[in-house]
Amino acid sequence: MTSQAQHDFMKHQHQQKIWISIYQLLILISFLGIWELAANMKWIDPFIFSSPTRVVTTFVDMLLKGSLLNHIGITLYETLVSFTLGSFLGILIAIILWWCEKVAKTLEPYLIVLNSLPKTALAPIIIVWLGNTTKSIIFTAISVSIIVTIINVYYGFSQVDVEKIKLIRTFGGQKGAILSKVVIPANYANIISTMKVNIGLSLIGVIIGEFLVARAGLGYLIVYGSQIFKLDWVMMSLIILGILATVLYEVILLIEKKVQKIGG
Amino acid sequence: MSVKLNSCYSLKGPMIVLALLFIHVLWSHLIYYTILIYAVMNMPNLLNIQQLSYVYHTMQGETLAIKDISFTVSKGQFISIVGPSGCGKSTLLSLISGLLAPSAGQIVIDQSILENLKYAIGYMLQKDHLFEWRSVYENVLLGLEIAHVKTPENIAYVEELLEKYELKDFKKYRPSQLSGGMRQRVALIRTLALKPDLLLLDEPFSALDYQTRLNVADDMYNIIKKEGKTALLVTHDIAEAISMADEVIVLSKRPANIKASFSITLETEDRTPLKSRADHSFSSYFNQIWRELNDVPSTT
Ligand SMILES: Nc1ncnc2c1ncn2[C@@H]1O[C@H](COP(=O)(O)OP(=O)(O)OP(=O)(O)O)[C@@H](O)[C@H]1O
Ligand SMILES: [Mg+2]
Repeated sequence: MTSQAQHDFMKHQHQQKIWISIYQLLILISFLGIWELAANMKWIDPFIFSSPTRVVTTFVDMLLKGSLLNHIGITLYETLVSFTLGSFLGILIAIILWWCEKVAKTLEPYLIVLNSLPKTALAPIIIVWLGNTTKSIIFTAISVSIIVTIINVYYGFSQVDVEKIKLIRTFGGQKGAILSKVVIPANYANIISTMKVNIGLSLIGVIIGEFLVARAGLGYLIVYGSQIFKLDWVMMSLIILGILATVLYEVILLIEKKVQKIGG
Repeated sequence: MSVKLNSCYSLKGPMIVLALLFIHVLWSHLIYYTILIYAVMNMPNLLNIQQLSYVYHTMQGETLAIKDISFTVSKGQFISIVGPSGCGKSTLLSLISGLLAPSAGQIVIDQSILENLKYAIGYMLQKDHLFEWRSVYENVLLGLEIAHVKTPENIAYVEELLEKYELKDFKKYRPSQLSGGMRQRVALIRTLALKPDLLLLDEPFSALDYQTRLNVADDMYNIIKKEGKTALLVTHDIAEAISMADEVIVLSKRPANIKASFSITLETEDRTPLKSRADHSFSSYFNQIWRELNDVPSTT
C-alpha cells in the first residue's frame, strides 16, 4: 500500500504535468492568434507572411485538388529510403572498418575530411552526375548522413570493453562471435541515437535535393512557392515539414522503446 | 599452438592406489607410506607447466611479466596462487587458457585424463561481465552459443545447475537485478556450462564486500567440489587462498616466478573455506605465506 505522502507526491507530479501541457498549448494558441491578428490588422503583410487561416485554406484547397498528398508522399518516400539506406550502409561500413583495423586506420584521415566537409556542397555535383531525378535526391540525402553514421557507430564499436571481448575468447569465440555477441549488442543504444540524428539529416538532405531538382515534394513546393510569391504554399509546407519531422522522430523513439524492452 | 596435448601417461598411479587398500590391511605402515608417496608421484598431472615465460611487447617497451615458472596440477586438486598486485597472475591464467602464447616454455595438458577434450579449460575473469542486454538465463547460455553446442543435454545440465544453486527463480531477471554474490554464481554456472575439466578463477570475489565474499567463497568451493573440478584460483588475499586450497603457490613481484609453494593439510573434516579458517594450523600457514610475500626471513 502507498503512504499518504507518496500519494500526495504522485498527485503533485501529475498536476505539474497537466499544467505544463496547458502552458505549451497556450504558447501555440497565442502564437497562432497573434499571427492571425497581425495579418488581419495589416501589422504584417499577409501576402509575404501569410496567416493561419490562409495556410488552412491553402491546405484544404491543395488537398482537394490532390497534389498535396502526392508532394508529402514523395518527400516521405525519399526520406525513408535515404534514411534506411544511409543507416544500413553506414553501419555496414562501420562493421567492415571494425573488422579490418588496418583499413580503418588507413581511411581515418579521409573520413575526417569528409566529415568536416559540408555535404550539402556536394548536392549540385551529384545532380550533374546523376541527372534531375529522385536518385539524385536520395544520393544527396545519403551523402549527408552516412559519414556521421560511420564515424559514430565505428567509434562505439571501438569503445567496447576489451575484457568483455576477452570473455568471448575464453569460450573459444572468434571475430564473428565477438561482433554478434558483444560489439553489436553493446552498441544498441549508440546505433539508435545515431538513427535519431540520421532521420533529421536525411530530411535535410532530401529537402536540399528537392530544392535543386525542383520537380516534386515539399522542398519543391517551398522553392517554387517563394519564386512565384505564393508564400502561403511556403508557410504551409514548412508547417507540414515540421509535423513530418516530429512524427518520424517519434517513430524512432518508439522503436527505441521496443529495443530496450528486448534488452540493450 | 603453444598448448601441447600429451596422451602418453601411465595408469600406474590409480592402480597402485587401489592395490594399497589390500596392502594396508596386510602389511606394515612403513611399506604403506613408501608406496603412497610413490603413487602420488605417479598420479597423472592434468596440467604440466614447464619453464614458462611471457613478455608483453608494446610501443613503450617490453615487460617481462612471467619468468621461468614450472608447476604441475593433478586432477581434482585445488591450487591457490597468491602474489603482489601486478605481478603477472592474470597473465599466467591467460597463458594457461591459451589466450596468450608463451614467449618461452611449455604448457602441457594431459589429454588422456580429460573428460571434455574440446573445452578442457573454463576461465572465469576478474569481473563477472554479465551482459545487461541478456537475461540471467541467456547469459548462462552464452558459452554454449559461442561454442555451438547448445544441445538439449547441455541445456538440461545448465537448468540443473541453476536449480541446484538457487538461481532458478531468477532466470528471467536482468543481471543488474541480482546481488553481487548471485552474479558471481551466474558467472560460475556460465563457465561450468561447457563442462570444463580445469577451472581458472581470477580473483572471482574481488568485487564483493567481506561478508558476501566469505559466503560466496563457500558456495563456489562447494560447487567446484561437487562438480568434481580441478581449480586454479588467483587471489591476493592470503586467508582466502589457504581456506580453499590444497596447495598455495606464492609468486614474487614482477616478473613473477615461484617463491615458495605450501601444501595445505588441515585437520578439519568436510572442509569448507569457512571451517578451514577456524583450523589450528590456519594461522601458521598464514604467517608463513605472509612472510614469503613480504620478504621477512623465517624465524624458525
Ligand atoms: N596487455 C598488456 N600490455 C602490456 N603490458 C601488460 C598487459 N597486460 C598486463 N601487462 C603488464 O604485465 C604485468 C602483469 O599484469 P597482470 O595483469 O598479469 O597482473 P596481476 O598479477 O593479475 O595484477 P592484479 O593483481 O592487479 O590483477 C603488469 O605489470 C602489467 O603492467
Ligand atoms: Mg589480475
